[in-house]
Amino acid sequence: MNVLLAIVIGVLFGSGIYMILRRSIVKLILGLGLVSHAINLTIFASGNVSRDGPPVIREGETVLSGSFANPLPQALILTAIVIGLASTAFALVLIKRAYAIIGTDDVDVMNTTEE
Amino acid sequence: MLVALPLLAQFITGILCLILWNRADRQRWISLAGSAIALISAAVLLSAVRADGIHLLQLGSWPAYAGIVLVADLFSAIMVVVTAFMGLMVGIYGLADIDDGQKQSGFHGLFHFMLVGVTGSFLTGDLFNLFVWFEIMLISSFVLLTLVGKRPQIEGGLKYVILNMLASLTFLAAVGLLYSVTGTVNMADLARQLQSITGQHPYLIIALAMMFTVAFGMKAAVFPLFGWLPASYHTPPTAVTTIFGALLTKVGVYALIRVYTLIFSQPAVIEYARPVLLVLAALTMVLGVFGAVSQYGFRRLLSFHIISQIGYLIMGLGLFTVASLAGTIFFLVHVIFAKSALFLVSGIVHRLTGTYDLKRLGGFYRHDLALSMLFFIPAMALAGIPPFSGFWAKFALIKAGLDTGDYWVVAVALFVSMLTLYSMIKIWTYVFMRERPASLQDERPALDRSERWQRWGPAVLVGSLTVVMGLFAGPFFALATEAAGQLMTPATYIAVVLGGGS
Repeated sequence: MNVLLAIVIGVLFGSGIYMILRRSIVKLILGLGLVSHAINLTIFASGNVSRDGPPVIREGETVLSGSFANPLPQALILTAIVIGLASTAFALVLIKRAYAIIGTDDVDVMNTTEE
Repeated sequence: MLVALPLLAQFITGILCLILWNRADRQRWISLAGSAIALISAAVLLSAVRADGIHLLQLGSWPAYAGIVLVADLFSAIMVVVTAFMGLMVGIYGLADIDDGQKQSGFHGLFHFMLVGVTGSFLTGDLFNLFVWFEIMLISSFVLLTLVGKRPQIEGGLKYVILNMLASLTFLAAVGLLYSVTGTVNMADLARQLQSITGQHPYLIIALAMMFTVAFGMKAAVFPLFGWLPASYHTPPTAVTTIFGALLTKVGVYALIRVYTLIFSQPAVIEYARPVLLVLAALTMVLGVFGAVSQYGFRRLLSFHIISQIGYLIMGLGLFTVASLAGTIFFLVHVIFAKSALFLVSGIVHRLTGTYDLKRLGGFYRHDLALSMLFFIPAMALAGIPPFSGFWAKFALIKAGLDTGDYWVVAVALFVSMLTLYSMIKIWTYVFMRERPASLQDERPALDRSERWQRWGPAVLVGSLTVVMGLFAGPFFALATEAAGQLMTPATYIAVVLGGGS
């Protein structure tokens, strides 16, 4: 399972970075999305992916017993996904606005503030 | 509870501003009152931390290994005070500088949510929580930067957004990998666990430390990842530029200092990171100041100086002694005041003339002596001329560099200092000393009474602090040395956080 995850993470990182290096801002945002998925999976994998019971304390007990899946990475990923959603939504609005004002999606043209 | 007060003050103010969305006139009073309360509570926090040591707040009463903690040591408390102070100053300046359209689009609310993010970053004791505070700060700053929404803001904003998102993703990946090594994201717990892990797998931990360096270095505008800063910082209204320049890059520097003095303070990691940080510091200083020297835009020149000054801060971290960190902390506070004062003056000049272009400005020394002095003092402080604050800040760093024997970085710092003076004199000559160009004669309306207070008040207060910190450097340095001493003995921090409070 870990090997499969590692391959998926690698492919996502690779294609994401390839997209980020393109000149079109739309591809750039898509690339950021792919990289953020790759990172979410990295955190997921860091918590030891295993087929275990839910991390719920059984009735009548006070501590977790038996084998259970690690809940913390999932909580972290959930937070990261929500934050990623908000940033990506903002970035999408921004590139739409940039396209409306500048009339192109080519980052090479967007250098008037650096002259 | 005291630890959370500055944070809550900003947060509640932000929410109230959102509730009163349509009432921009009421928002401004709430905003100022909230900033004042935040400043008072931050000052109380600082004096409490100085009196009885590190303060800890376990959110929801969960102990550190299970929940999120807020920790205020002296360095955090100092930064929280400076944040609240700059929030109040820029809030007042913004009354005149931010136009009604932006106020109606929620400027005040965004401003306070950004300050919530900054304050939270300084106070949190949890690495993943730091990521969340970073994002709160960033998403608010994204909107503040692009609120005007014309071509320069959109173009600058795009670069700012993309590079800061990349930095956040790098940070997040590093947190995930660190979690897989240690099974915790609490900073104190990480520090304790890495002491043994670093002995077994030094290069794994060094690689992680470098990932954090890249992530925070990007946010702090360290070489070579500073391209987003001069592309964006000169585009929004001056009030926004000032608060960005004062706080946002400094949060990156704070995070770097925090991870290296606490989490990665093992000798094996520091030995590797020291030369890396020093080389990055030298290149940041030099390239930042070269960029500044070649500019003819008032704010763009100052933006490049932000980068150059970040180099000094990283140099203090790279030298890694109590004296150098004390110098860094003093420098950090000094540069926030000096740079903000200069940005505020650039805003007044823009208000009076309608341009930031050095080639079109001139003659202020003859027309407005007070404004000239208001520029001259922080400019000399930034260049490091005695008796202003910058002299002591640079003196401390250079002395620390000589003590550890890193003569080359000292030489670079002195050389950059000279170029800083040169570029300040360049602004001085163009904007203030030379004859006013004929094209500038069509004067804009003079400042009316209330606008004068709103613009001059903060600029004078912030600028005069560079004099106060220079003339009475002793108490400030005592505080900075105490804070640096705390940073360099992470065992106390770990004991307080994991022990559940002092």
